[in-house]
Amino acid sequence: MGSPARELVEKIGIASASVFRDMIEMVCFVGDLSKVSWRVLRKPSQLRWKETLYYMDMCGSQAVPIVLMICFLMGVILGFQAAVQMRKFGTELYVADLVGFSILKELGPLMVAMIATGRAGSAFAAEIGTMKVNDEISALETMGFAPSRFLVIPKLLAMVIVSPVLTVFGDVIGIVGGFVVGTTMLGLPLMAYYNRTVEVLYPMVFLLGMVKSVVFALIIAVIGCLRGFQAECNAQGVGRATTSAVVTSIFLIVIADAVLTIIFSLMGY
Amino acid sequence: MSNESVVDVKNLTVGYGDIVVLQNISFSVSSGEIFVILGGSGCGKSTLLKHMIGLYTPFRGDVLIFGESMVNSSEDEKRRLMRRFGVTYQGGALFGSLTVAENIALPLEEYTTKTPAEINEVVQQKLAVVNLDGFGNYMPSELSGGMRKRAGLARAMALDPTLLFFDEPSAGLDPITSAELDRLILRLREELGTTIVIVSHELDSIFTVADRAILLDKDTKGIAATGKPKELRDSSPNLWVREFLSRSKLKRDM
Repeated sequence: MGSPARELVEKIGIASASVFRDMIEMVCFVGDLSKVSWRVLRKPSQLRWKETLYYMDMCGSQAVPIVLMICFLMGVILGFQAAVQMRKFGTELYVADLVGFSILKELGPLMVAMIATGRAGSAFAAEIGTMKVNDEISALETMGFAPSRFLVIPKLLAMVIVSPVLTVFGDVIGIVGGFVVGTTMLGLPLMAYYNRTVEVLYPMVFLLGMVKSVVFALIIAVIGCLRGFQAECNAQGVGRATTSAVVTSIFLIVIADAVLTIIFSLMGY
Repeated sequence: MSNESVVDVKNLTVGYGDIVVLQNISFSVSSGEIFVILGGSGCGKSTLLKHMIGLYTPFRGDVLIFGESMVNSSEDEKRRLMRRFGVTYQGGALFGSLTVAENIALPLEEYTTKTPAEINEVVQQKLAVVNLDGFGNYMPSELSGGMRKRAGLARAMALDPTLLFFDEPSAGLDPITSAELDRLILRLREELGTTIVIVSHELDSIFTVADRAILLDKDTKGIAATGKPKELRDSSPNLWVREFLSRSKLKRDM
């Protein structure tokens, strides 16, 4: 066997080992976090409300404008693309179906998750990474605190609360986006589009989107924090942690999305 | 000064990954003593400190604090033990999202049943001890390096620990601030009988404050000398030890 082939095998081996180690660390982190979460659940006075509210504001209310903007445009784009195709068959009214289902089941939660990854996930990693560089994590530990109670639980809880709310905003404004295209470009009657949307959508579609948004929120918060804790103790380390938080989150969100979609369709939705 | 030991390091071997930094280290710190861990850059003195305060798990050996093991205790026992001593970090390690007063109040809010008014009283008192009266409402980023260190010390003292660890207290401070900090350390021991463990390589400050010091040697990965810094400088049988401790004197002679 030639040496380039051997080198390739070695590289694959090293890369696999590092992916495997990363997975183990992830599992350990989630395990530790579950333990701390359970304690906080049993003794809610241990929750840091001030921090939780701060992160709810940061990840929630401050994200509303961008979420509205992006989801509205997604609705418009989706409606437009659908309109171009459906016009050929004279089935313009089905634009309402397509936009409604796509936004509620898929794009609403996904777009909110992407925005939250960029805004919150990266911020979590940078914040915890910087705290690590400044010995603040060590200080928390030697003060006898579990760092995750202070640094992870508030972020996790905030994300899990605000993400579905943002998704509701995104869903509504996305459907409005499709509606704007339908009524202006396609010239559909206002009531016809509205009735069609209300007729085809059922609560379960909306609920599935909500389940997705909660799962995505968990992924963003956990990965953001984990990458922060893993950051090397220098400025570049924090930068790399932030990048890695975003990339890993997006990757896991897409995987989770695929898995959830398969599960839901097997359940018949 | 009683002979009761507060910190006992027993046959400790520490390092990172596969690299052993220090091997088979043993020493103990008596109650009320100011004990300095000395050594050149990269000899593992900060690593040793981090193992002593329970941030890292050693390869072998044990660290006893107040007679209880830091190494073999459960996570909860370790946390309980950690509340009984204070640690002052190099840069202060104040929590950037909280004001100075909130930083100091944090352990009090979490671990005591004091009312907010009582907590505030303790905070003001601790701020006064470190000469930072009136800075309670400042954010850590608004303070200078020396002030941040002192605020970190105030936080470490919040629960009135009888044992304090300092990581490089004088690093990055100007000579006057550094001397002030030395006086503060001496005063703490005098007034409160606090046992103090310091990691440092600032010779001036060591000769001022230390009762006893150990000098770590990078090559042997062990303790090169133990004793009073002045005696070590003047009469250690080990030439390297004498040189290490008198380097600043040599510089002045030049």
